[in-house]
Amino acid sequence: MDFEPTKQQMMARKIARGFAEQELEPFAQDRDEKMEFPADALEKLADLGFMGISIPRNYGGAGLDSISYVLIIEELARACASTAIIVSVHNSVGAYPIYALGDDAQKEKYLHDLATGRKLGGFALTEPNAGSDPASIETTAQADGDSFVLNGTKTFITSGSTAETLVVMANADRSKGGRGVTAFIVEKGFDGFSVGVKENKLGIRASDTCELIFENCRVPRVNVLGGVGKGLSAALNALTFGRVGVGAQALGVARCAMEECIRYSQDRKQFGKPIAKFQAIQWMIADMATEIEAARFLIFKASSLKDQGKPFAREASMAKLYASEVAMRTATKAVQIHGGYGCMKDYKVERCFRDAKVIEVYEGTSEIQRMIIARNTIG
Amino acid sequence: MKELTIIVTVKQVPDTAEVRIDPETNSLMREGVPSIINPEDLNAVEAALSLKEQYGGTVTAVTMGPPQAQEVLEEVVAMGVDRAVLLTDRAFAGSDTLVTAFTLSRGIMKLGTFDLIICGRQAIDGDTAQVGPQVASFLDLPQVTYADRIEIVDDCAHVQRSLEDCTELVKVCLPALVTVLGGINRPRHPSLYNIEKACDETCVSIMGAGDLKVPASMLGLNASPTGVKKIFEPERTTECRYLSGDEKEMARTLINHLKDQSIL
Ligand SMILES: Cc1cc2nc3c(=O)[nH]c(=O)nc-3n(C[C@H](O)[C@H](O)[C@H](O)COP(=O)(O)OP(=O)(O)OC[C@H]3O[C@@H](n4cnc5c(N)ncnc54)[C@H](O)[C@@H]3O)c2cc1C
Ligand SMILES: Cc1cc2nc3c(=O)[nH]c(=O)nc-3n(C[C@H](O)[C@H](O)[C@H](O)COP(=O)(O)OP(=O)(O)OC[C@H]3O[C@@H](n4cnc5c(N)ncnc54)[C@H](O)[C@@H]3O)c2cc1C
Repeated sequence: MDFEPTKQQMMARKIARGFAEQELEPFAQDRDEKMEFPADALEKLADLGFMGISIPRNYGGAGLDSISYVLIIEELARACASTAIIVSVHNSVGAYPIYALGDDAQKEKYLHDLATGRKLGGFALTEPNAGSDPASIETTAQADGDSFVLNGTKTFITSGSTAETLVVMANADRSKGGRGVTAFIVEKGFDGFSVGVKENKLGIRASDTCELIFENCRVPRVNVLGGVGKGLSAALNALTFGRVGVGAQALGVARCAMEECIRYSQDRKQFGKPIAKFQAIQWMIADMATEIEAARFLIFKASSLKDQGKPFAREASMAKLYASEVAMRTATKAVQIHGGYGCMKDYKVERCFRDAKVIEVYEGTSEIQRMIIARNTIG
Repeated sequence: MKELTIIVTVKQVPDTAEVRIDPETNSLMREGVPSIINPEDLNAVEAALSLKEQYGGTVTAVTMGPPQAQEVLEEVVAMGVDRAVLLTDRAFAGSDTLVTAFTLSRGIMKLGTFDLIICGRQAIDGDTAQVGPQVASFLDLPQVTYADRIEIVDDCAHVQRSLEDCTELVKVCLPALVTVLGGINRPRHPSLYNIEKACDETCVSIMGAGDLKVPASMLGLNASPTGVKKIFEPERTTECRYLSGDEKEMARTLINHLKDQSIL
């Protein structure tokens, strides 16, 4: 067993870190404050291969393995968690399902543009009345000749107003419940598809989270992804990969918070010495470091299983659950270590705290991860 | 316009201005200090890559250093450099700027014909800004230093030099050597697309003293005419004196003091 990344994986991490420190970190706070979408950074990321990290090279991707993928997402998130989730959603639930389930024509038409970042991808499952229970979605897809007609509303969709190619879940036969759920590739310009409210959020504020409205939106039948009625498993498979990336995103946030604490606790003096000299502070940082390390290995384990082509749903949920809760615990302690300053917008830990909370919710809440882990553990 | 064959020289340097110095040997203690590409060499690489994009051709990066200097070559390949050459041999150890330049020039001669050599102006550790000009001189090439713009026109380069009090536009026939300033461009980031190539074992070719066909007596410490006599940190002698009395009194004391020091 070797715990060291390979040379290629280390280079991927180095490239991501260099980019993140120069192009993301200096702007992250401002973007968070203004809810400003990182369009220019995404354009640069696209040129460098970040929008098709694990899509094969023949489709315009960088063709890297899943370990490289999580190392990259972690580095981006350490600098700007919002940019990291845009990249993660695009790669894992935007582009990847089209790679995994798309037919040749669909790959030809959509995958290259996604993998090279010419178009941004999104994934629309959640609805006002269906979040944790995706089988209960109410958006309908009515077959009509060569097309399906979609009606319904999606909510909280990452990159909702900026994505140009979306994987959208709708039910083609509500009498069949979950077995009617079907995945569609929807283009931004399709008639009847519009963007509703843009949400004002607690954290991950630079990512644009929107309502999507489908009003008699006509989608060609050739845009059905993976077969009619196969949408639920398509969605769950995409989310399984997505969760590993979200785990890595959480890890990046946790690392950012811990690194801030290491710096701050050595500078800040009370009772005549740096607060890092107090055991209470040292123990908090020791716990952060330990949990971050443990989270990292869960994420590596899930990624490595995926690269070997083995089932990894249980490990992906463990990675997402544990890493996001570690991010929340770490950020909470980090604010505490910063005292009053930690409550101020001028300090990164304040942003980490808000970002971490959101990560515990999206791509499956902690409760849903525990449900999946239990199902895969108890049987 | 024909395609350009460009060579860039890159140096691996320690990542900090606070390099520690070994008091025994008067040399840099590099162990434990993270290494990076000399910042102006990234500008040299960017200049070469953007010329390649404009005119076509190839870019080869050359470095002389210990085996771990291969890292900087891999990084510039990830930026888009086509080929990389590492000059490494125990016999090269302890080279001063003259011998560094001699060794680099011998390595470059092995690469065949070329149109342009681009160097950084100056390395952040050695700081002499001598290696570029010395390489030009060993290869008998015209040299243009302090470049902040390079354009190719027919068989010549039009190079803008940024000097202290003026800007100079120089036309130089190729082949030539140019040293570039940090302000010439913004180096691109290495790309995920190039990782595979950069990590391919065949991407960096390695040359030692034997490959250069140069006798050991012309290499390394022994061949270096200059040596470091002593390295020391400058002593800080600033002292702060507080004046007392009313404003007039303090002003008078200050003026007298400045006169004593021949400042006024
Ligand atoms: C910033 C952000 C971005 C998002 N991006 C996307 C996106 O791009 N695409 C997309 O489709 N969705 C997206 N979502 C939606 C997200 O995935 C859902 O919010 C999440 O799955 C929870 O669904 P819900 O909000 O409807 O909560 P609910 O499902 O209503 O859950 C409410 C609470 O009940 C708990 N709960 C529910 N069921 C059970 C159960 N069986 N046992 C125990 N507890 C349970 C939940 O854990 C939670 O605590 C995003 C959300 C946010 C906040
Ligand atoms: C502590 C210390 C003591 C030294 N003592 C002496 C001394 O006594 N006498 C003496 O002559 N020199 C001395 N040197 C200089 C040492 O030999 C140089 O590090 C080396 O020769 C390169 O010179 P430079 O660092 O000044 O590079 P510069 O001349 O400033 O570099 C200019 C450019 O040349 C290229 N270049 C330089 N070195 C290389 C390389 N190895 N491989 C590829 N490209 C390169 C790069 O493009 C670089 O940007 C000393 C250096 C240090 C740090």
